[in-house]
Amino acid sequence: MNEPPRDDIAIDVEGLTKIFDGKTVVRNLTLRLARARIHGFLGPNGSGKTTTIRMLCGLLTPDAGRGSCLGYDILTQREQIRRHVGYMTQRFSLYEDLTITENLEFVARIYGMPDPQGAARGAIVRLGLQARAHQLAGQLSGGWKQRLALGACVLPEPLLLLLDEPTAGVDPKARRDFWDEIHDFAAQGMTVLVSTHYMDEAERCHDIAYIAYGDLLAQGTAEEIIDASGLHTFTVTGADLHALQRKLGEDKRVEMVAPFGAALHVAAREKSALDAVADENRAGYRWTPDAPTLEDAFIALMNGAHNGEGKAA
Amino acid sequence: MSAPAPRKRGGAFRRFAAVFTKELIQLSRDRLTFATMLFIPLVQLLLFGYAINTDPKNLPAQIIMQDDSAFARSFVSALAATGYFNFSGTARSEEEADHAILANKAQFLIQIPANFGRDLVRGQKPAILVVADATDPTATGGAVAAINGAAASAFSRELVGPLARLQQSPPPFDLRIQKRFNPAGRTQLNIVPGLVGTILTLTMLIFTALSVTREIERGTMETLLAMPVRPVEIMLGKIAPYALVGALQMTIIMLAAIILFDVPIIGSVLLFVALTMLFIIANLSVGYTFSTVARNQLQAMQMSFFFFLPSMLLSGFLFPFRGMPVWAQRIGEILPLTHYMRIARGVMLKGAGVNDLSFDILALGAFTLAAMGLAVARFRQTLD
Ligand SMILES: Nc1ncnc2c1ncn2[C@@H]1O[C@H](COP(=O)(O)OP(=O)(O)OP(=O)(O)O)[C@@H](O)[C@H]1O
Ligand SMILES: [Mg+2]
Repeated sequence: MNEPPRDDIAIDVEGLTKIFDGKTVVRNLTLRLARARIHGFLGPNGSGKTTTIRMLCGLLTPDAGRGSCLGYDILTQREQIRRHVGYMTQRFSLYEDLTITENLEFVARIYGMPDPQGAARGAIVRLGLQARAHQLAGQLSGGWKQRLALGACVLPEPLLLLLDEPTAGVDPKARRDFWDEIHDFAAQGMTVLVSTHYMDEAERCHDIAYIAYGDLLAQGTAEEIIDASGLHTFTVTGADLHALQRKLGEDKRVEMVAPFGAALHVAAREKSALDAVADENRAGYRWTPDAPTLEDAFIALMNGAHNGEGKAA
Repeated sequence: MSAPAPRKRGGAFRRFAAVFTKELIQLSRDRLTFATMLFIPLVQLLLFGYAINTDPKNLPAQIIMQDDSAFARSFVSALAATGYFNFSGTARSEEEADHAILANKAQFLIQIPANFGRDLVRGQKPAILVVADATDPTATGGAVAAINGAAASAFSRELVGPLARLQQSPPPFDLRIQKRFNPAGRTQLNIVPGLVGTILTLTMLIFTALSVTREIERGTMETLLAMPVRPVEIMLGKIAPYALVGALQMTIIMLAAIILFDVPIIGSVLLFVALTMLFIIANLSVGYTFSTVARNQLQAMQMSFFFFLPSMLLSGFLFPFRGMPVWAQRIGEILPLTHYMRIARGVMLKGAGVNDLSFDILALGAFTLAAMGLAVARFRQTLD
């Protein structure tokens, strides 16, 4: 592996902005991500996660802003960034008409690894793909494609992994293995930035950055983000939960109401207001205070980003 | 800020080799494309059994004037009056005149022997030698006929008084017309070298024109661009496998031409192969340049045809180059096929060498480098 630059910051960007056809997709984004940690990158569809990741690895040129990735300038030192960053794209983008072995050997050769064939063989064993080594990548199932893509991306031993929704469509067991692996990488000193829509995955990250419609809305550990949301929540059980959900959905004091199994999850920013709502609706329902979750925090953030128009029902 | 990581020696070659291997595997998996590439040339070769007849004028001719009598001068002016000849120069020696034909500077050589006027008056029937470059028989046919016509009436002004007895048919001198390179006037001899060039232009152009756009459409460009590989390495890695395919095509066409049409290679086979490879690379570079400019495969195809059509029409393949208007000839001079056509006809039919063809070789080389330079400059290293 190459000698890591001195400081402990892997990604340090300031004011990143990207405009597509007059539409600002990423606005004035400032990120500072520590090395050897797993950073979750969350946000609704179309919020600019993929665009941000592409700007970080030099695939898109920001319209404004500057910064560095692994100490290399994202505007002028793209070549060095490419050597040390492994980027796993959201859409499978290895060669479907090459076999697994051929794809991995290609990657190994491009990065100038001394023994491409040996490296590819090693990766296949690590991925547990021995039986499919000579199968075309295009014929793999979705989950296996994702595993192959991750395998190809860590093969040249990058210092920074940029993973764009790596576990979309992957089964729970494979997802768990995947995250165990990512934690191993981080323990070895690799920095990981992973975008995801899964809450359980967000909770497995050391840090989270939440972006909505181009703006960075929150950053910190899961607890910090929950605390910062300032939400108060109740779990409600009772007979006609659907009627109550509809009623609370129109209540301006309630930030969010969502069914949760056989219960209703109600959240609000003002504790006193929420208590008042609970008191008004106690007839026939049991209100139990509980702790807000990361998902509550994100939905509240998303609502806030929409300037309160339309609540999550 | 850390110091840039040291680059491994030979890294560029390894990355080129990586792209090359990958392209070769992909190509070999695409059976249909592969079969098409080998089949198209044969089919086209068989389809082109005939040529299009035209009658160009103003063909470059050189005179080897060894007599200065009034008769010699009138003969030349009679030829000039036919409109078929453009006397571009006077050759001092036969070697010089020979070079003019091999280098494609002259299509006709007219030699008026010493003492032509004296022998004519004495009734000794002196001989005028006309050498015609008949590689392209359709281009020379009209002019040869015009020489015969001019000869019959050339001396009506001089042959008066006592000399009037000489004004009779047959004319008082011999006209020896020597058709060089393709004495039988077989059009295949001319068509085959042109076909080699046309087929190679079409196939080479299309295959590389699709190479970059395909990666963009399949989404693989995103991964490729995120890897530390440079535009030049990608370009060469993508061009090289098709150069091999081109070599294969050339072999097939040449074997078919030799077996089916009995076309000779009078000049050096090695030179022919080397220059054909240069021409193949020139076309691959153009196709690749299109590929870096086009947004999708359809656009790339359209651009290829846009380039192919003038190549076919203005290179001298379908119509004799010298029969085209000047503006069309200017455009033709830019196209690689024009130069290759001269090279192929020159080497195969006339036995021309490097010296004779230096202009066309340089033009092809310059064209290739320019196309490659443009492709590398145009190659988008980002997804913007
Ligand atoms: N090349 C492009 N040209 C024009 N618009 C684009 C381009 N790429 C992305 N966009 C737009 O930018 C916005 C953000 O897209 P982006 O892919 O970054 O979102 P995302 O956060 O990754 O979404 P998802 O979670 O669905 O993957 C979207 O509105 C998208 O339509
Ligand atoms: Mg995305």
